[in-house]
Amino acid sequence: MSTSSETATTSTGAMARGTRLTLRAATLGRPGAPAVSGVDLDVAPGEILTVVGPSGCGKSTLLRTLAGLLAPLDGEADQDGRPLTGPCADRALVFQEDALLPWRTLRANVELPLAIKGLARADRRRQAESWLARVGLTEQSGQLPHRVSGGQRQRAQLARALAGRPRAVLMDEPFGALDAQTRAGMQDLLVEVLHGTGATVVFVTHDVDEALFLGDRVALLGNGRLTAVREVPRPRDRTARDDPARLALRRDVLSSLGS
Amino acid sequence: MSRPLPTAGRYALRVASLVVALGVWQALTGLDIDLWLRFSQFPTVTDVAHAFADRLAGPDYWTDLTDSLTRILSGFLLAAVLGVATGVLVARSRLAEDLLGPVLEVVRPIPAIALVPVAILLFPSNEQGIVFITFTAAYFPVLVSTRHAVRALTPVWEEAVLTMGGGRWRILGSVVLPGALPGIFGGLSVGIGVSWICVISAEMISGQYGVGYRTWQDYTVVDYPGVFVGMVTIGVLGWLTSTAVELLGRRLTRWLPRTSYDTGARRPRAVRAVASARVPKSAAPAAKTKEARDEHLV
Repeated sequence: MSTSSETATTSTGAMARGTRLTLRAATLGRPGAPAVSGVDLDVAPGEILTVVGPSGCGKSTLLRTLAGLLAPLDGEADQDGRPLTGPCADRALVFQEDALLPWRTLRANVELPLAIKGLARADRRRQAESWLARVGLTEQSGQLPHRVSGGQRQRAQLARALAGRPRAVLMDEPFGALDAQTRAGMQDLLVEVLHGTGATVVFVTHDVDEALFLGDRVALLGNGRLTAVREVPRPRDRTARDDPARLALRRDVLSSLGS
Repeated sequence: MSRPLPTAGRYALRVASLVVALGVWQALTGLDIDLWLRFSQFPTVTDVAHAFADRLAGPDYWTDLTDSLTRILSGFLLAAVLGVATGVLVARSRLAEDLLGPVLEVVRPIPAIALVPVAILLFPSNEQGIVFITFTAAYFPVLVSTRHAVRALTPVWEEAVLTMGGGRWRILGSVVLPGALPGIFGGLSVGIGVSWICVISAEMISGQYGVGYRTWQDYTVVDYPGVFVGMVTIGVLGWLTSTAVELLGRRLTRWLPRTSYDTGARRPRAVRAVASARVPKSAAPAAKTKEARDEHLV
């Protein structure tokens, strides 16, 4: 990593540790339209939990509930034992779509959570620049989102989410719209950037391989239920996709999802 | 914006268009053409030009001009501020929508100029009445376009700021207002045009000084070249002010991906056409492509 990224590490060295997210007997969805019910899920501090399931199975609903954007229709949603009351900077959300504000440059987008925290202009700028350097966007920091590629936009979104030093990062198919090559690069980058932040991660995807690659555990969602939570075999060789234990789990997961 | 900057050629074309219009006018009136339309009573371009020169030398012209400009700018700025404020309020708050919606919808269809009696009853001076009418004219286009623009905002922008810990005011300042700006400027452009119509009409009815008042005065004393001086003045002022609004709008919304709009609008249609050609039985082509992608990835 370059020197600028080391500045990022030091400037964010006091990064808060992860946080525990818990759902108990929770029914999730919009009022009158429950998407998932009976969800019991405990995400340990610093864990990377991937949630996998077909489109429309309520993955995004689960994530939005954890973010505090949706209240559970029934049951409980807690953070460190306290009920979630609404969205806050503690739990950052990364979206599949372009959630960058199109009238702000990449840097100004990354500065936004820092401005909300009340940081002085100079600090804000310095930290935003170092986060952009960590995701390899130093050159593009002054560009508007529509002037850069989809992959670069998602990297900027990741930088923006992490800049606010959240204790949990909730990712809603962040690489879903990217081509296979860019996606693989982004997965590596994500592992690299998350390393050392200690943040709890809930990563939603419909790609089983991505789920197995990134997750410490994989949660399976389907037919309006959380059907299983599986440990991903450790120690993980993130590059070896033909590890026998992983292949067995992959077959198992795919058959559970009914595909 | 989709082309390079206007070249000298394009400017020449614009000037030529004006010159031709003036030439046709001069020809029709100078030759006293009287077919079904009667141009013989019409002042010629040179008559109007002479009258214009006389006016410019006199003191009243500039008083009229500044009076009209003061009225329209006061009314328009008031309409811009209040129109954006109520537009945002009505779009964002159900309570505000219920409280203000019915009143606004009933008042909206009333032509601003029909409010002259109201203005006379309400305001102690003519001046305030004219500003009020100008304000009402511009207020509704600004209100309506702001309301639509705010409602059309992408929800993820707001959700993103919420999950950064942003509150109500942060969302207003960082998402709602900048995001609605292109739409708001649409309303402002319409508003400035309607404002001119109404300020001139109001001046004709009840003004003391002002371009509209002067134009009507000239008409009542059968000074036709004077009437045309008034018209030309209104035209030029209207053009200048709406250009100013337009330029300001373009400057403030420079982030809009203007050049990619064309291709962006066309590409999805082509993709959909291909997708539905491949899967002719598909009920919803968009959903189908999404599913296809899922199968590929899971």
